[in-house]
Amino acid sequence: MDIFIQQVVSGLATGGIYASLALALVMIYQATDVVNFAQGELAMFATYICWTLIHAGLQYWAAFVSTLAIAFVGGVVIERVVIRPVENAPILSIVMVTLGLLVICNSIAGWMWTYVQKPFPSPFPENPFKFGNIVFGAHDLGEIQVTLLVLLCIYLFFRFTPLGLAMRAAAHNPVSSRLVGIRVGWMLALGWGLAAVFGAVAGMMVAPVLTLEPNLMGGVQIYAFAAATLGGFTSPGGAVLGGFIVGVVENLVGTYVGFIGTELKFTVALAMIIVVLLVKPTGLFGTTVVKRV
Amino acid sequence: MSGSRLPRLVGLLSLLLAACALPFVLSNFRLFQFSQVYIYAIAILGLNMLTGYNGQFSLGHGAFYAIGAYVSAIMMDRWNIAYGWTLPVAGVLCLVVGFLFGLPALRLEGLYLALATFSLALAVPQILKYFEHWTGGSQGIVLSKPNAPFGLKLNPDQWLYFVTFAVLVLLFWLGANLLKGRIGRAIVAIRDNHIAAEAMGINTALYKSLVFGVSAAYTGVAGALSASVIAYVAPDSFNVFLSVTLLIGSVIGGLASISGAVFGALFIQFVPNWAQDISKAAPWAIFGVFLIGFMYLMPFGIAGGIRLLWIRATRSRVPQEGRSAVPTQAHTTT
Repeated sequence: MDIFIQQVVSGLATGGIYASLALALVMIYQATDVVNFAQGELAMFATYICWTLIHAGLQYWAAFVSTLAIAFVGGVVIERVVIRPVENAPILSIVMVTLGLLVICNSIAGWMWTYVQKPFPSPFPENPFKFGNIVFGAHDLGEIQVTLLVLLCIYLFFRFTPLGLAMRAAAHNPVSSRLVGIRVGWMLALGWGLAAVFGAVAGMMVAPVLTLEPNLMGGVQIYAFAAATLGGFTSPGGAVLGGFIVGVVENLVGTYVGFIGTELKFTVALAMIIVVLLVKPTGLFGTTVVKRV
Repeated sequence: MSGSRLPRLVGLLSLLLAACALPFVLSNFRLFQFSQVYIYAIAILGLNMLTGYNGQFSLGHGAFYAIGAYVSAIMMDRWNIAYGWTLPVAGVLCLVVGFLFGLPALRLEGLYLALATFSLALAVPQILKYFEHWTGGSQGIVLSKPNAPFGLKLNPDQWLYFVTFAVLVLLFWLGANLLKGRIGRAIVAIRDNHIAAEAMGINTALYKSLVFGVSAAYTGVAGALSASVIAYVAPDSFNVFLSVTLLIGSVIGGLASISGAVFGALFIQFVPNWAQDISKAAPWAIFGVFLIGFMYLMPFGIAGGIRLLWIRATRSRVPQEGRSAVPTQAHTTT
């Protein structure tokens, strides 16, 4: 039982990371109907920026916040410069452009920081917490807190600020929003910026566990896909819940199902994605989009 | 019509002759590279059928390439079966696997199919490493290059060049016939408007799964050839970047075009080589830049660009051709 609880908690911790990245995917999907295949690589790139800042002598949290700011600007710039020209192109073109971004980020990171694995600091104390016989990693607990805090902020932002309302309106009904004076193009760009911020949080939280390297986010991204699919690509809350569920399931399956272990992790995610898409393609909380033909 | 066929035929024949002359002028290493080009071209043609002609995305064709390569390698390594026999086996097996994967893919459209196949591509190396008993784990399987039969005075690289070239010609001939005929029209009709296609009496479900199967079979045969040509298979050479490379090749060469597969293959074989001189990481950055640039400037790829130029050059003679400039149409004959 102790092991079970420990595994659930550490599953929630990794689940938080998947939830952040899944939320980033869903935000972009809702606003522009694009699945951003480069989301994970952008997050990896932001994590390298944080690493560079820390090595330049900045305090951890100062570097953390600066990275979020840089990621935000980067996301906005990418939307304006790279995505906007293909906004109305067929899906294939947009997918290809995000794949192009993926390989560019990956190779530039390899170019600038080499493929050698780098240790990444954790801001949380090293000593684990003990409750009776159950031991929790401090980084796990910290991760959960950071994720929940980010989610709370974003909820408050979208629920109570005029800008958040405008962004929701732009994603929901671009034509009417434009008529009431919302600058839809900029709202989409802001959405990309925010998505880059979530990605950066996910990257900086996962890097201490996996150590930093250019292929850091490959595994995280496939799980984020699974999370977003499970929760539904049209439901931000669902994607977050999906992230936590996927994290816990991944950990429990790895612990209790002998033949899977850690060697078939990606295959588990693949199976989850395919099963969800076959059984309930809209995900748990998604809504069916009805299209007129 | 008949007058316009002749130059095309002459062009094809001279290309054929030039390709047959290459082994006697180029070094073994260059020959090896050209064999690779032909292999990529076969795989890209397979992907083109699916993505270009039928409109189903696949970001995971590296998986079928891997199946083909491993089937061939295991047959040669374990059971000492001649490489020639492994090609049809790999093709048929991939046909079946592709058809089966195509069935659930029927329910997935656009982005969701892209997602599912992308995760397939990510999962492949892990699955290969897991079945260590068959695949040799991360060590892979080392093979030896076959010698030329019938006492031909060719070294293994020259012989393999001719084998890949022969397979390429055969598969391209089959593919061109398939795509130009009744079945090809049905495949394109499904892409352009699947409801209308269904109303015309096309069994869309069957066709879509079949295209998936045939496409996988082409890619599988390419993989099987690559096992012989490289004489080595290892899980990490079939990672997600292989799938992305194939897709890049098909997009840059020109989707929904048969000649585009060859242009794409030349691109993905030679551009990285040339970019590697700049930096080890550069090939991918350059791929990415080209990919995004093509999406902006030449969404129909090299083949589409050439066709557009050709049409522009001859427009004065046949003005109405300008409107059929969309390269998704059958070859425009002028």
